[in-house]
Amino acid sequence: MAYSDKVIDHYSNPKNVGTLDKAKTNVGTGLVGAPECGDVMRLQIEVDEESGVIRDAKFKTFGCGSAIASSSLATEWLKGKTVDQALAIDNMAIVEELNLPPVKIHCSVLAEDAIKAAINDYRVKNGLPELVAEKKAH
Amino acid sequence: MELNLPIYLDNNATTPMDPRVLEAMIPYFTEKFGNAASRNHSFGWVAEEAVDYAREQVAKLINADPKEIIFTSGATEADNLAIKGVYDMYATKGNHIITCTTEHKAVLDTCKHIEKMGGLVTYLDVKEDGLVDLQELEHAITDKTVLITIMYGNNETGVVQPIREISKIAKKHGILFFTDGTQAVGKIPVDVNADGIDLMAFSGHKMYGPKGVGALYVRRKNPRVKVTSQMDGGGHERGMRSGTLNVPAIVGFGKACELCMNEMESEAIRLSAMRDRLENGLMELEETYVNGNREHRLPHTANISFKYVEGEGLMMGFNKNIALSSGSACTSASLEPSYVLKALGLGDDLAHSSLRFGLGRFTTDEQIDFTIDAIKDTVLKLREMSPLWEMFKEGVDINAIEWAHH
Repeated sequence: MAYSDKVIDHYSNPKNVGTLDKAKTNVGTGLVGAPECGDVMRLQIEVDEESGVIRDAKFKTFGCGSAIASSSLATEWLKGKTVDQALAIDNMAIVEELNLPPVKIHCSVLAEDAIKAAINDYRVKNGLPELVAEKKAH
Repeated sequence: MELNLPIYLDNNATTPMDPRVLEAMIPYFTEKFGNAASRNHSFGWVAEEAVDYAREQVAKLINADPKEIIFTSGATEADNLAIKGVYDMYATKGNHIITCTTEHKAVLDTCKHIEKMGGLVTYLDVKEDGLVDLQELEHAITDKTVLITIMYGNNETGVVQPIREISKIAKKHGILFFTDGTQAVGKIPVDVNADGIDLMAFSGHKMYGPKGVGALYVRRKNPRVKVTSQMDGGGHERGMRSGTLNVPAIVGFGKACELCMNEMESEAIRLSAMRDRLENGLMELEETYVNGNREHRLPHTANISFKYVEGEGLMMGFNKNIALSSGSACTSASLEPSYVLKALGLGDDLAHSSLRFGLGRFTTDEQIDFTIDAIKDTVLKLREMSPLWEMFKEGVDINAIEWAHH
């Protein structure tokens, strides 16, 4: 199975690898996946409290090239979006952008889950109710 | 010596054919094309003579009699013929087979087939180093046991089982002993008499011969072993395996065995030195583990887990230049990590983080040094990207986290 050029590019030059200060109230952290399943993603957003715009996004991922690329792409898309706009990011958009084959769709689902988890963490920290996301099949 | 890229380190999957083998085969495709079963003309005689010679070359490598060699399409067919053939032939004696959980699928799935037919199979667990527990093996024997099937050397870890001890137990209880010798024959000395083997499967393409040819060794004396044919037809191979013989492949297989016979000893020394160099180089990385017993193993195989990085992601860092295998789920269709590594007691996380190195006749020191550097660089890069590595470095107990399994 050959990887798409976009997956290779994100893998070779991942965008926004790193760690934000999870103690800050305007930072939301999402940690999804499991080591036993072969992929774990940690995605973080830093929100501008005045405008509600995501100022920065960082990730660290344990997983295959497609998982790394999905999370790298997600952080790129998150930056500059409002939290509400970020909630609308769908895993199938990641699949299309990266040309993921069917066996790698779960990587995109995980990235979407990580976005939602980070947003929820941010919401809870700021006294907002947690959003219940519909469960997608992995 | 200059460095040849890409580097092939997946010799446990298949080996390149030795050019000397190809040279021996070529005439048998064109001018010497006869059917070895054609008894009435020179075309047949020439082919038959070539097969007889190859049979001697193959037999000699394992110290067998040429009459004890049954040519097959490969080791999978030989595994099937041995297990199903013994089960059918000795049905009046019993219906119980003993094997272990780290066998190749060709053995495990054949055993599952036996269970579907009403047979009983015991799948022994292995110890943490991959070796079978001999006491457990002996305890598993019942008065219905007809066959013990334990592989010689493991394809993923290279662990070599205590074949002589196993065969002694089998003999003591009057049970036949079959071993899948695919990874061991041609790599380390295998002697069916000294080892007490009754049946053994092996293959051409794991020892620099062609694909599509293998053999089943079937003992003829002490005891005389018989297997029921699983392929009926013209009664080739003493009635145990019908089908026109693949003469060019058999000629190549014979030549490959002869080359192994002559070169195996020096090759094993060279390969184990390179394997150790590779392991020592990679073990300089923190949190890196060799899987399987390091003493009892094949000279050309290493299986290493790089904790906190995932195998497929790791391979992507260098697979343009280096070809090898991972125990990671992502490389298999099943999405399950290696059952062999899990049988050694490795957690799924370590199994996902493993690479299998299969060195071979054409591997060079330069290639090994390049591989060490490339893998080290990628592991370090991916650990910088790994949330698990960050947690480990911060002293977070990863096992204490409640992960959302999906």
